[in-house]
Amino acid sequence: MIDVLYFAWIRERIGEPKEQVETTAATVADLVDELKTRSEAHALAFSDMSAIRVAVDQDLTEMTAPLNGVREVAFFPPMTGG
Amino acid sequence: MSVRVQSAPFDMGAEVAAFTASAPGAGAVVTFSGLVRDEGGSLSAMEIEHYPGMTERALEKIRAEAVGRWSLTDAMVIHRYGPLKPGEQIMMVATAARHRKDAFDAAEFLMDYLKSRAPFWKKEFGADGETWVAAKDDDEAALERW
Repeated sequence: MIDVLYFAWIRERIGEPKEQVETTAATVADLVDELKTRSEAHALAFSDMSAIRVAVDQDLTEMTAPLNGVREVAFFPPMTGG
Repeated sequence: MSVRVQSAPFDMGAEVAAFTASAPGAGAVVTFSGLVRDEGGSLSAMEIEHYPGMTERALEKIRAEAVGRWSLTDAMVIHRYGPLKPGEQIMMVATAARHRKDAFDAAEFLMDYLKSRAPFWKKEFGADGETWVAAKDDDEAALERW
């Protein structure tokens, strides 16, 4: 089980801040392909991957990152702190 | 605490006084505070979302990098989340060093990095409804100079 977290407009589009996902996806990109099949809202949220960033176990990474042993994956738009 | 993430307002004067008092050997303290712009009266409120856990981690990492790259005696970051009104303070950084160049450069580095590497997202509420603030290409480009 992986905890999948969503922030900002991705959270709003999907309608949930978090979901638990049973997956055998090898990479973040594979997980995204699985998530897109969950609902139309998911498919819409992940329709433009250039607008999405990912953190794996709370470290910013790339869509190619492996998911071996990972507990938490978070998807969000580019950050706007400061 | 060198990194704080909180919804409550902070007293910049008191924070800087405490930071300065606990920075022995420093010859320079640089501070920066970011405010909610009122955008000519069109912005009624801002809401900042963050990623609890990762936020603290990311800020600690950015702070540690600044301390490692410049000759600092100390550095601190406070960043707020939740609902904010125009004119309110969003965040502050303070750096202390023997000499001002290190303090200024490290403060700018902290600002550039926490703009696009700390998991905060701003939403603005105005006359046209609510809008997520989009990251600027400049924010990403600003990291390249470091």
